[in-house]
Amino acid sequence: MSGISLRTKRIVKNRAFLALCLFSTSATILILALLIASIMAQGSHFLFNSDALGAVFAHGELSQLTKIIRWDFLTNFASRFPEKAGIYAAMIGSMWVCAICALLALPLGIGTAIYLEEFAPKNRWTALIDFNIRNLAGVPSIVYGILGLTAFTRMFGLFGSDKNSALSFDPDDAWWHIQFPFGQGLLAGGLTLMLVVLPIVIISSREALRAVPSSLRQASLAIGATKWQTASKITLPAAIPSILTGAILAMSRAMGEAAPLLVLGIPVFIANTPDNLNDNFTVLPFQIFNWAGRPQESFHQLAASAIVVLLIVLICFNGVAVYLRQKLRKPLA
Amino acid sequence: MPDTQPNLTKPAPASAPTTPTSSPVSEHVTLRVKDFNAWYGDYQALHNITLNIPSQRVTSLIGPSGCGKSTFLRWINRMNDLVANARAQGVMQLDKDDVLDRAFDVVELRRRVGMVFQKPNPFPKSIYENIAFGPRLHKHFHRSDLDALVEQSLRAAAIWDEVKDRLHNSALGLSGGQQQRLCIARAIAVGPEVLLMDEPCSALDPRSTASVEALIRELRQTFTIVVVTHNMQQAARVSDLTAFFFEGKLIEAGPTDGMFTNPKNKQTEDYVTGRFG
Ligand SMILES: Nc1ncnc2c1ncn2[C@@H]1O[C@H](COP(=O)(O)OP(=O)(O)O)[C@@H](O)[C@H]1O
Ligand SMILES: [Mg+2]
Repeated sequence: MSGISLRTKRIVKNRAFLALCLFSTSATILILALLIASIMAQGSHFLFNSDALGAVFAHGELSQLTKIIRWDFLTNFASRFPEKAGIYAAMIGSMWVCAICALLALPLGIGTAIYLEEFAPKNRWTALIDFNIRNLAGVPSIVYGILGLTAFTRMFGLFGSDKNSALSFDPDDAWWHIQFPFGQGLLAGGLTLMLVVLPIVIISSREALRAVPSSLRQASLAIGATKWQTASKITLPAAIPSILTGAILAMSRAMGEAAPLLVLGIPVFIANTPDNLNDNFTVLPFQIFNWAGRPQESFHQLAASAIVVLLIVLICFNGVAVYLRQKLRKPLA
Repeated sequence: MPDTQPNLTKPAPASAPTTPTSSPVSEHVTLRVKDFNAWYGDYQALHNITLNIPSQRVTSLIGPSGCGKSTFLRWINRMNDLVANARAQGVMQLDKDDVLDRAFDVVELRRRVGMVFQKPNPFPKSIYENIAFGPRLHKHFHRSDLDALVEQSLRAAAIWDEVKDRLHNSALGLSGGQQQRLCIARAIAVGPEVLLMDEPCSALDPRSTASVEALIRELRQTFTIVVVTHNMQQAARVSDLTAFFFEGKLIEAGPTDGMFTNPKNKQTEDYVTGRFG
């Protein structure tokens, strides 16, 4: 075979590979665009007020501007009648469980990461822990739901059934009212989501800590700082932007989870916002799941509208994460 | 390459030439090392090192790479505690204290023995915070006292004039030579007796090297300095005493002038005349 034809072959191969890459990239983007377009089309009925839209864009009546969005979709509780249904309870519920999940998972996860990365000896035991955490990150979230059901909702049956609690701390109307077992309450949901995101928080925090050059640790230790002072004053501050980025992404994962909470058996019709840590709640993804499973077309439209809201929330989370990565992350050496 | 030279592959005679001449330059010894051995796992990196390091002098450690200079230095402030399989045996005394004693507090040791690394490694903080970090670890300061200490340390490291107007800017904005002098100032700020420097100029350009060398000569009046260098001219320029290491052994030690003009040992002569290494 002559040199020229080999060269031609190489160029052709190169072009073909490039074309394949371009095709798969554009296919992904196209599918995503189609998805968003179809959801917007389906969901627009409950998100936008067509009369107000017409008034503003066709007739220039700016006074109608605030009426374009159907706020009642955001402020109504769920309902049997699609026109009256809203996602208020689900949004508030999502916020609460995510807050609880963050308060539990972040200190625990970041603490674990600091221990494993900065203090733990490198031996077989820590290698085993490391291996396990990596595997746990790949466990389907519904499995954590089953764990949550046993450990938090029912507490292994230790304190009677969840409907008939044997152990509770009154008063009922204080936000910290707690009863055992946790039943389908906020604590059970938050703890279950904590299980889901904990491996992710640990892994991303460890990677953030590992990215801090060891020359900084050496410098700190060499002027007489203890390991703890080095970790808390040098390594952790240097890693915080990346840790936060990972934490926010983990929270957006928690925000989008329905499966583990489905296993806990959380209700979908909630007529009030949670009063205390044990109160019932529902979340956006679960509300969507419920609406999408109904036969009537209007409920499918409601589901699409709720998806749009969920997507906007998640995009905001990711936006903050990207912003932190770009702005806060300083050079370290 | 030392390994390819047949006359050097034989281990150095164990006793006779390795006993260094006790330093005639200074009477007071800060660091006393006797029959010191160090290992990484089963690998012995240092063999029977006996060396006295006099106070307020610059002692340079020279020798081909891998001969154990850094290992020796990192035992003096016990940075080798961080290496899981590193251990040492023998005598290493800082004044009256036994450095190798497990009960001897490394925090206290490292406050007394500062270290400067090969690559400048300022913290990703302001210039001020870089200097203030060490002192704050050991003692509570009033603001004005700390300000004074920061200024004094930066002046001692001959960098005050260059940074006094931007103390609160990031240290990472400084040039390589300035960063290295900042690191020296950071080490000085906790009030050490000894400064260890592991090839402090090897990551710097010639001008920065000159500034750091000038500083080392200056600091000799206050501190006991041990500097590892690859550069023979540098050893000749900055140090009062020189110790030549080869394959984990101390081959020869003595006043720098004598080492370069009239080495007693054939290996030292070959090395300082650039025949290998
Ligand atoms: N952390 C370590 N673990 C195992 N061996 C090491 C370690 N550090 C250094 N060594 C070995 O010890 C010897 C001396 O190294 P070092 O003190 O760094 O030499 P130098 O500073 O003179 O170049 C080398 O053979 C090196 O490979
Ligand atoms: Mg070295």
